[in-house]
Amino acid sequence: MGRRAIGRPWTALLSLTPLWAIVVLVYFGTTFWTAQISLTDSHLLPTGHFIGLGQYGRLFATQTWQISIQNLLILLILVVGGCLVLGFLLAAALDRAVRFENSFRTIFLYPYALSFVVTGLVWQWLMNPDLGIQATFHQLGLTWFVFDWTMHRETAIYAVALAGIWQGSGLVMVLMLAGLRGIDQDIWRAARIEGIPVHRIYRSIVLPQLTPTIATAVTILAMGVIKTFDLVIALTNGGPGTSTVVPAKFIMDNLFGRQNLALATAGAMVMLLTVLAVVVPLAYAQNVRAARQRNAL
Amino acid sequence: MSVAVATGRNPRGPRPVIVTPGRIGLYVFLVAAAAFFLLPAYVMLLTSFKTMDEIRQAHIFGWPSGLDFGAWFTAWGNACSGQDCQGVAVGFWNSVKITVPSTIISVLFGAFNGYALSFWRAPGSKVLFAVILIAGFIPFQVFMYPMVRALSTLGIYNSLTGIVAIHVIFSVPLLTLLFRNYYASIPLELFKAARVDGAGFWRIFVSIMLPMSTPMLVVAGIMQLTGIWNDFILGLVFAGRDNLPMTVQLNNIVNTTTGERLYNVNMAATILTALVPLIAYFVSGRWFVRGITAGSVKG
Repeated sequence: MGRRAIGRPWTALLSLTPLWAIVVLVYFGTTFWTAQISLTDSHLLPTGHFIGLGQYGRLFATQTWQISIQNLLILLILVVGGCLVLGFLLAAALDRAVRFENSFRTIFLYPYALSFVVTGLVWQWLMNPDLGIQATFHQLGLTWFVFDWTMHRETAIYAVALAGIWQGSGLVMVLMLAGLRGIDQDIWRAARIEGIPVHRIYRSIVLPQLTPTIATAVTILAMGVIKTFDLVIALTNGGPGTSTVVPAKFIMDNLFGRQNLALATAGAMVMLLTVLAVVVPLAYAQNVRAARQRNAL
Repeated sequence: MSVAVATGRNPRGPRPVIVTPGRIGLYVFLVAAAAFFLLPAYVMLLTSFKTMDEIRQAHIFGWPSGLDFGAWFTAWGNACSGQDCQGVAVGFWNSVKITVPSTIISVLFGAFNGYALSFWRAPGSKVLFAVILIAGFIPFQVFMYPMVRALSTLGIYNSLTGIVAIHVIFSVPLLTLLFRNYYASIPLELFKAARVDGAGFWRIFVSIMLPMSTPMLVVAGIMQLTGIWNDFILGLVFAGRDNLPMTVQLNNIVNTTTGERLYNVNMAATILTALVPLIAYFVSGRWFVRGITAGSVKG
């Protein structure tokens, strides 16, 4: 850093007390407490009776939790992948000197300003089997058209994914557009002179330069997906049956609805580890990359 | 703000001189994408102006026969969740009462922390900053039960104070990071000059750094405003029955209806809930985008 400040009166020292308190008590204190409860046999209230990792075994033997993990994986693949692809295509298209760029950008990003509850409720209405898009198509004689995904166990999770992609693609577009605008524009002229096709340039020159942006986008999207709660509550409420349960919902249900305190906290700890599993490698990769760039200079 | 670079002065990509099949394809893609993103808003708006008879005809894209504001008035003041028929108005005012203090306090607290971390080398501030970065990734579910217990002990569980405190606490990592990075870009000479002139810790913050960080205050303010307004899970758990935010009440109205579901009322209520963040988005435009790119530093 090399930012050396002059003097350090006691005010400056004291000023960080609230921050220290929040970090130590709230963030790490509660994490520790939650971790501790997850090792006990607590139901309604914490008991302090330790049973080791028993709750974790019980957790992974619980079918609803298994479904929620499976759903999380589906959402991670589809939402992160879908947002990345669509967001990149939108950014690349907008970067090619199009008219009404600002209007398009505003349209692509507005869903990101909405609450997940709003997104969930709108898509629930669009997929209404009797009065929604499907019914409208059927009235026009297009009876092959199926868009009642929220109604069936097999398809409901894809409804959640679609709504997630609708809401999150604009974010990727913004990040990618910022990345694209940072790329040297001479490559286009050079490529034209050399007669290199546009898609080759995107694949061999543009995408590699966007790697840090992609890593950032993946982190933000993955964090969002792992935390998914409101979207599912509003769109399907975990149903039909338990087909769209996600870990966050499972934990909340067991915490407040079923009074399975220890099981819920074990789930929360697994969620935390999942987050770390996503964040740590990406942060490490970015650090390595940054270090390499520093060494190259 | 590289995102905002206009196409006029500094053209990007190959120069679009002739209309080629490629360019037509480009616009077809953009228009199709725009249709995909606009469709839900379009249907939402149309549905809210229809009567239930029109909705039952199942022409979801069809225009309403007239502008019927009935559903809007019902959604605002009379829509029911269970036996409780007060519309989303109560939730709206609850959300205002939650969002305004939470936004102001969290942004100022973030600016203060960023300032203290960036300019004053208090012992341990580097460690503190690293720890905050990690803390920002911990999911809410990990805090949920201990925080409920802690707030109960303090006597502010299920209260306005409690939910505001929760919002402030959980926005600490991101806002501290944003402001610390912002202040790191301000020349240290300025700070030193103020010190030489005898300004102290508070004086430098209030008279120099805070005014200098107006752009970041706006960006963070918009971020917090939309984020806290759109919150569901924290409001659900910590606000208590009397202070439920609009998002929670909306979900209750739409998803726990007894009897016939009034889709026009539901859609009107949904639009009303989306209105505040949407207005913030359309009015602030570029600042909203800046919040995303600034926040993405953290990832």
